[in-house]
Amino acid sequence: MSLPLSDQIVSRADVLQRRLGAGLRDRLVEAIYRDAARLAGDHVVSAARRKARFDERIDRIVTSRLWGLPIMFGGLALVFWITVAGANYPSQALAAGLFWLGEQGARLFESLGLPWWVTGFVWHGTYKGLAWVISVMLPPMAIFFPLFTFLEDLGYLPRIAFNLDRFFSAAGAHGKQALSMSMGFGCNAAGVIATRIIDSPRERLIAILTNNFVPCNGRFPTLIMLATLFVGASVPAAVASLAAAGTVVGIVVLGIITTLLVSAFLSRTVLTGEPSSFTLELPPYRRPNIGQILYTSIIDRTLFVLWRAIYMAAPAGAVIWTLSAVTIGGESLTAILSGFLDPFGRSLGLDGVILLAYIIAIPANEIVVPTILMAYTGAGQMLEITSLAELYALLVDGQGWTLMTAVCLMLFSLLHNPCSTTILTIWKETGNRKWTLVGALMPLAIAFAVCFMVATLWRLF
Amino acid sequence: MGESAVAEGSATGGVRPWLDSLGLDTADCDYGVALAGNPNTGKSTVFNALTGLRQHTGNWPGKTVTRAEGVHVHEGTRYRLIDLPGTYSLLSASIDEEIARDFILFGQPHAVITVVDATSLERNLNLVMQVLEITDRVVVCLNLMDEARRKGITIDHDALAEDLGVPVVPTVARYGRGLTELMRTVTDVIEGRRPTRPRRLQVTGELEDALDELVPMIEGLYPRLPNARWIALRLLDGDYAVRQALLNGDLARLLAAGEGVCA
Repeated sequence: MSLPLSDQIVSRADVLQRRLGAGLRDRLVEAIYRDAARLAGDHVVSAARRKARFDERIDRIVTSRLWGLPIMFGGLALVFWITVAGANYPSQALAAGLFWLGEQGARLFESLGLPWWVTGFVWHGTYKGLAWVISVMLPPMAIFFPLFTFLEDLGYLPRIAFNLDRFFSAAGAHGKQALSMSMGFGCNAAGVIATRIIDSPRERLIAILTNNFVPCNGRFPTLIMLATLFVGASVPAAVASLAAAGTVVGIVVLGIITTLLVSAFLSRTVLTGEPSSFTLELPPYRRPNIGQILYTSIIDRTLFVLWRAIYMAAPAGAVIWTLSAVTIGGESLTAILSGFLDPFGRSLGLDGVILLAYIIAIPANEIVVPTILMAYTGAGQMLEITSLAELYALLVDGQGWTLMTAVCLMLFSLLHNPCSTTILTIWKETGNRKWTLVGALMPLAIAFAVCFMVATLWRLF
Repeated sequence: MGESAVAEGSATGGVRPWLDSLGLDTADCDYGVALAGNPNTGKSTVFNALTGLRQHTGNWPGKTVTRAEGVHVHEGTRYRLIDLPGTYSLLSASIDEEIARDFILFGQPHAVITVVDATSLERNLNLVMQVLEITDRVVVCLNLMDEARRKGITIDHDALAEDLGVPVVPTVARYGRGLTELMRTVTDVIEGRRPTRPRRLQVTGELEDALDELVPMIEGLYPRLPNARWIALRLLDGDYAVRQALLNGDLARLLAAGEGVCA
C-alpha cells in the first residue's frame, strides 16, 4: 500500500479540518440526534400523543369559525329531535296508565263512601299533579339527560364556550360566561354558582344576572312538550318531530341571543368596563362511560329533577285543587284569581290561568304545565286526559289556545323570573339584595315585554 | 450497487486471516450478518432465536469483550450471525463501540441487522443512523413490539422504512414473531431484490466541498472501501483511530482481511 498517498490524504484532511473549525464532530453528532428525534416524532405515535393529535383534528372542525356554530346547533337539534320523537309514545302510554290508575283509585274511594272532597283532594288534586308531572316529564328527561350527559362527558361543553367566546367579548362580557351559561342548561342555580370561575366582579355579576336566560332542565320538558303539541301539530306529521326539535333549538338560540343582548346592555350601562382576557383550556375528549352516563343522568338528574317536581307538584296539585274547590259567591278561587289575572295574561298572549300557574310554580319551573292543566280541568271537572290528542283538544278547543299561546308560553318560560332556588343562589352568590332583586325582576320584565310585543304583533298580522 | 458488491464479495472467496483470528469457521456459510443494537433491545434474544444451539462464544481478538456467533439456516441458505456488543453509538468512545464500528466497517458483513427497542425509538434511531452512515445494507429489526403496544405506542414502520431508506421489520423476538420475515428481508437486501438508499446526513457548504475533495482521494487509494465518505468525515471530525489506521496501514490490512465474513 502506498503510505505516501495516505499521508497526503491525512495532511489534506488536517488542512480542511482546520478550515472547518473545531466542533465539527459535535455538530455531526447533534445533527444525527436531531434527525433521529425528528424521525421518531414523525413516525412514533404514543397513546397520549395520538390522542392529542386526534383531539386537535376534531377541535379544528368543531371550533372552527365556519363549522363551529352549525355543528353546535345541529347537534343540539339532533338531541332534541331524538328526545321529542322518542318520548312521544312512552309519554302517552304513561299518561294512559297513570290516569287509569287514578280513576280506579277515585272509584275505590267513592265505593268506600269517603267524602267527595277527600277523593278530590287525593285523586283529582295531588295524584293528578303527580301523574301529569311523571308522564309529561319522565320520558323526555330519560332521553334528554343521557344525551346531554353524553355531550358533557365527551368534553363538548368547553367547545361550546370556545365557539361563543367571541360573542361574549363583543357583548363586553367575560368569555367564561359561555361556560357558566352552558352549566345553566343543566340548572340555573348551578350556572350561577359556576360563575365563580369569573374573576372580575363586574363580569361575574353580568353572568349571574343573565344565567336565567338559558332554559334549564326543568324548563326543557315544558318547551319540548309545547313544541311537540303545538308546533308539531301545525305541520305535516312526517316533519312534526323535526319541526318540534327545530323550535326548541330556536328557543335555545333565542335564549343565547337574549343572554348576549342583556349582557351587552348591562356592560354598557350599569356595569361598564373592559372585558378581561382569559385562557380557555380545551380539555381532552374523553370516551364517555356509558354506565356512568346512565347512572348520572338517570339517578342524579332524571330522578332528582323528577323527585323535585313530584315534591313540588303534589302540594301544587293540592293547592290548585283547593283553589278550585273553594268557592266564594259561587265562583272558585281559581276562577276568581285567574279572572283577575286574565286581562293582563291575555295581553301577553297567555291567560290568567297560566300566570296563576307560574305564581304557584315559582318554587319549581318543572310543574308549570301540570299546574296549568290541573287549573283547567279543575276540581269539579271529571275530565280525564289519556292522550296527547285529548290534551291538545282540551287546550285548543276547551281553553282557546292557539299557536300564539304556545309561542308566548315558550317565550315566557324561557325569559321569566328564575325559580326560587336560583333566586336564593343569586342572593347567596352576590350577597346583595339589590342585585338579587334585579336578577329576579329583570327577567320577568323582559318576559312581559317580549310576550306583549309578540302577542300584539301576532294579533295585528 | 448492492448487487455488484455482493457479486464481488462472493466471487472473492477464501477465508480471511483476520476472520480466522476471530475464531470464525467461515467455510460453511453463505452470508455473514452482523447484529447491532442498543443494550437491552432484545438483540441477544433475536440472536438466540435465530441461531438456537448453533452458536459459540469467545472473545473479540485482543479484547476482553465477549463475542457470540452462530449459524442460522433460512430456506437452505446458511447465515453466519455475529452478535456485536450492545452500544448506544458508534463514536468509538468505548471498546464496545470501537468493536461494533470496526466490524461493520471492515468486517463488511453482507448485512447489518440493527435491533431497536420500539418503546424508545428516538434513542435507538441514533445508533441506526450511525450504522446507516457506514453501510447501506441494513435491516432494522423493530423489536419489543408487544411492549410498545402495551404502552400504547404505535410506529408507522412503513413510513419509517421509507424515511430511513432501509427495510424495517417489526418483531417480537421473545415469541419468535416476525423473525422469518426479518431473515427474508435480510436475504432480499443481500441479494439485491430490496434496494436500499440509506438516509445520511446532508452536508452543505464548506463541509460538502471538503468531502468532494477528500472522497475521491480515499476512493483512489482504497477502491474497495465500501464507504469512503464515512472515512473522510472521520478524518475531518478528528477521529484519531481512523487517522492512525490510515497512516499506519491498519485500514488497508483490515480492509483486506475483512473483505467478507463469509466466503
